[in-house]
Amino acid sequence: MTAAGTAAVTAAGRPIAGSRRLSLSWVGLVPFFIYVALFLFLPTVILLAGSLADKDGNFTLSNLTTIAEPYLVKSFAASMEISAVSALVGAVAGALLAYAVATGNPRGLLRRAVTSAAGVLAQFGGVTLAFAFIATVGVTGFVYEFVRDRGVDLYANGVWLYELPGLTLIYTYFQIPLMVIVFLPAVDGIRPQWREATESLGGGTWHYWRYVAGPLLAPSFLGCALLLFANAFSAYATAAALITQGGLIVPLQIANLLTSETGRAQPGLAKALALAMIVVVLLVMALYTVLQRRTSNWLR
Amino acid sequence: MFRVVVLVVMGGFFLVPIGAMFEFSTRGNSVTAPRNLDAWQNIVKTPDLTDAITASLELAAITTVAMLVLLLPTMVWVRLRFQGLSRVVEFVCLIPLTVPAIALVVGMVPIYRWLNINFSSSILTLSFAYLVLVLPYSYRALDAGLSAIDLKTLSEAARSLGAGWRTVMLRIVVPNMSTAILNASLLSVALVLGEFTFANLLAYENLQVAIAYVGLVDAGTSIAVAVASLLFAFILLMILSYFGRRQAPLAKAEEADFQLGQTIGLSGGLIGRGR
Amino acid sequence: MRLRSLTRHLGVALVAFVVATACGASSGGGTANCDAKSAKSAADCGGMDALVAAAKKEGTLNVIALPPDWANYGAVIDGFKAKYGLKVNSANPNGSSQEEVDAIKQLSGTDRAPDVVDVGMKVALANTSLFAPYKVAGWADILDGQKEATGVWVQDYGGFMGIGYDSTKVPEIKSVQDLLGSQFKSKVALAGDPTKSNQALNGVILASVANGGSLDDVSKGVDFFHQLKLKGNYVPIIGTAATVKAGTTPVLFEWDYLSTSHGKDVATWKIFVPQNATIGGYYAQAINKDAPHPAAARLWEEYLYSNDGQNLWLKGGARPVRQAAMEKSGKIDATAAAALPKITGTPQFPTQDQQTKAGDYVGAHWSQATS
Repeated sequence: MTAAGTAAVTAAGRPIAGSRRLSLSWVGLVPFFIYVALFLFLPTVILLAGSLADKDGNFTLSNLTTIAEPYLVKSFAASMEISAVSALVGAVAGALLAYAVATGNPRGLLRRAVTSAAGVLAQFGGVTLAFAFIATVGVTGFVYEFVRDRGVDLYANGVWLYELPGLTLIYTYFQIPLMVIVFLPAVDGIRPQWREATESLGGGTWHYWRYVAGPLLAPSFLGCALLLFANAFSAYATAAALITQGGLIVPLQIANLLTSETGRAQPGLAKALALAMIVVVLLVMALYTVLQRRTSNWLR
Repeated sequence: MFRVVVLVVMGGFFLVPIGAMFEFSTRGNSVTAPRNLDAWQNIVKTPDLTDAITASLELAAITTVAMLVLLLPTMVWVRLRFQGLSRVVEFVCLIPLTVPAIALVVGMVPIYRWLNINFSSSILTLSFAYLVLVLPYSYRALDAGLSAIDLKTLSEAARSLGAGWRTVMLRIVVPNMSTAILNASLLSVALVLGEFTFANLLAYENLQVAIAYVGLVDAGTSIAVAVASLLFAFILLMILSYFGRRQAPLAKAEEADFQLGQTIGLSGGLIGRGR
Repeated sequence: MRLRSLTRHLGVALVAFVVATACGASSGGGTANCDAKSAKSAADCGGMDALVAAAKKEGTLNVIALPPDWANYGAVIDGFKAKYGLKVNSANPNGSSQEEVDAIKQLSGTDRAPDVVDVGMKVALANTSLFAPYKVAGWADILDGQKEATGVWVQDYGGFMGIGYDSTKVPEIKSVQDLLGSQFKSKVALAGDPTKSNQALNGVILASVANGGSLDDVSKGVDFFHQLKLKGNYVPIIGTAATVKAGTTPVLFEWDYLSTSHGKDVATWKIFVPQNATIGGYYAQAINKDAPHPAAARLWEEYLYSNDGQNLWLKGGARPVRQAAMEKSGKIDATAAAALPKITGTPQFPTQDQQTKAGDYVGAHWSQATS
């Protein structure tokens, strides 16, 4: 571009000379920020304010202290347990699967099929997933009847599908593909040269994993596991479609409070529970971000 | 050997429930009755379901268009004029990731009550909320696309040739970002079709809520719809993965893949969205 | 210039977005010759014919929480549609009484709001401010204790609480305490959430009376379910016709008229009504004060309390509220009446106060007991 052209361009970039340019340009951002203020910040403020107010609008801490009641603590513990177990199983299994895929042909069909399938299955949740498992290991499910006809009654000690074990199993179904997707880039980042270098220095597989690949993958692995934890902790739809009565986990308790008359007597309690959930997830996601930053430094 | 074992075990674990769904949805009325497609036919015969499917598709379309109209100009504007704000916009767009849907909806109930009375009670108002849910994923997808093109040069060149902003957006930016826009759109559609929490707790009957209701009445039909929606999502994402490799040069494609992988992964892990 | 054009385009887009969402909303019911909204009986409207005409003008009726196999509601709705040619939107068929009233509140002012509700006594008593007074044609046939003086709520049909079960999956039930046995692992369910559903609440009342409590003391019932939960016998899913058919809720606390319809799906379905705890309960009709289709709502009530409507409920195994009068006038469906489920114990009907008290107790203690 010629000097004159550049000058023309920069001149054209300023509709009106002087300080008024900046204030008018801001207008372009207004729709976005107004929208976000209304539908993202306002609900959060409502949560905050509502959890500190009682039925008549007076300030109170009773909603927050009600969270310490045994049955709610139990729900929190159940939520934590399901999230931790499904995150752990998902992380380990997903990492193994990611490794199996990464060591293959990067342009091959297998890799493309697995990543596409992982993308779909990580999406596959909620109502449809609950029904899939009812169709599989439900009381009239295919797998249940199949093994029962061969002498193994999966439900000899009660139908665990609608309790913690069942929900955890179902959660791993979308946790594993999620792990594959978020962990695969890290596994891809391992260069074959490192393996060769280890071997040329006399190290075996054990040394490779213990001193080279392991420490390098550890932050990403932990970070992804945390992401899985947050994911399971916040999940609602699957549990709602499966366990239609009761409040096994915190999201179900919140839904009950929103729709039952008990909730009307204590409108702040649902908000307080929601706030508590946000705090937990925020902490986990903050840790995740820190760990991902450490990983991405050497990945690129 | 290790790879084979892992792949076979995983493959089994993931394919069995899907197969079981197919099996369940084709069962006859009693244990001895022959297999039939009644459950599948019921999908079109149940007005609740067809209404809900239509509503969800409309919601998906409106949310996607609104997302593009709201987000793309804002992101372009920020890149060109307010680089300092890009961090802020990114942070704001990622907030919905950290707020579980079940928590956010509690705060939305009063807002929607107001909306229903003063504006409209149609299910399509859900798109206001869905736009917020879609923000993180669309932001990442569009950001990847914007990073891949030299926006400043292109826009300055166009404007120096006399183009107005509308021409710049429609004839310069959009065609160069078609992959990213397609990605963002498909992610948004997938999210809206799979969304349950908001619709359920705001008392609307979208596709997933309808499936849940039908499930209380007739398990076979609900599972048939579930399989159908799964197939639909699969086809969508196949299109996504096919187009995602086309345009950008190789090195940039990997960068975009990484970003997109994170995005899809996070979208798959839609923190409590459809889940 | 450039900026104005940009804002203009954004504005157009925003308006388009807004219009697109608003397009989903349709206009409310039309006006009629009779002021249906304030009509307290068909006479206020100018007679039945005027009411029918007004309803036909509105064209639609919104109902909620009416499963087709519940006391033969499917046939009732079909009969109404066939007789008057109105469209019936049936929302949330498996919803609870509380959810019906919640829908009225949440959707108030919109045209999706329910026009009429069929709720349990506790919810009816607690929400009279939402209902409109209306006296149907058969008003005189209904006992005073079964209707509110101005017609804000009127009982419609009832039955007795029992425990339905699949006799091939569990042994014969001879007492409520049998449910604590080991053969009932993960098999016992309620038909709803007792903090929302009238049927489930009455199930808890049944459990209470059968375990040494009384209509005034429902705490024994809540304790009983707590025990069931601890033993692993309580399965946390809502029992519906689908779950009965699928076998996921082989033991279900339900109204006796529902067990008749479940018997069609599961040939071996039986019902056990404890002799020492024969709890009866009626549901109540109420019209939404701000119904989007007031004439259609009132016409629906007239239809339900007509001989046709009442006989259809009778066919579903429920006891219609005008049963005594219809027997006297000979308009009752004798075969259906003879096929009603038999009861052997002394019927106990919780009073309005007892219902409210029980509901409050359960509301406060249920989550703790079964979480």
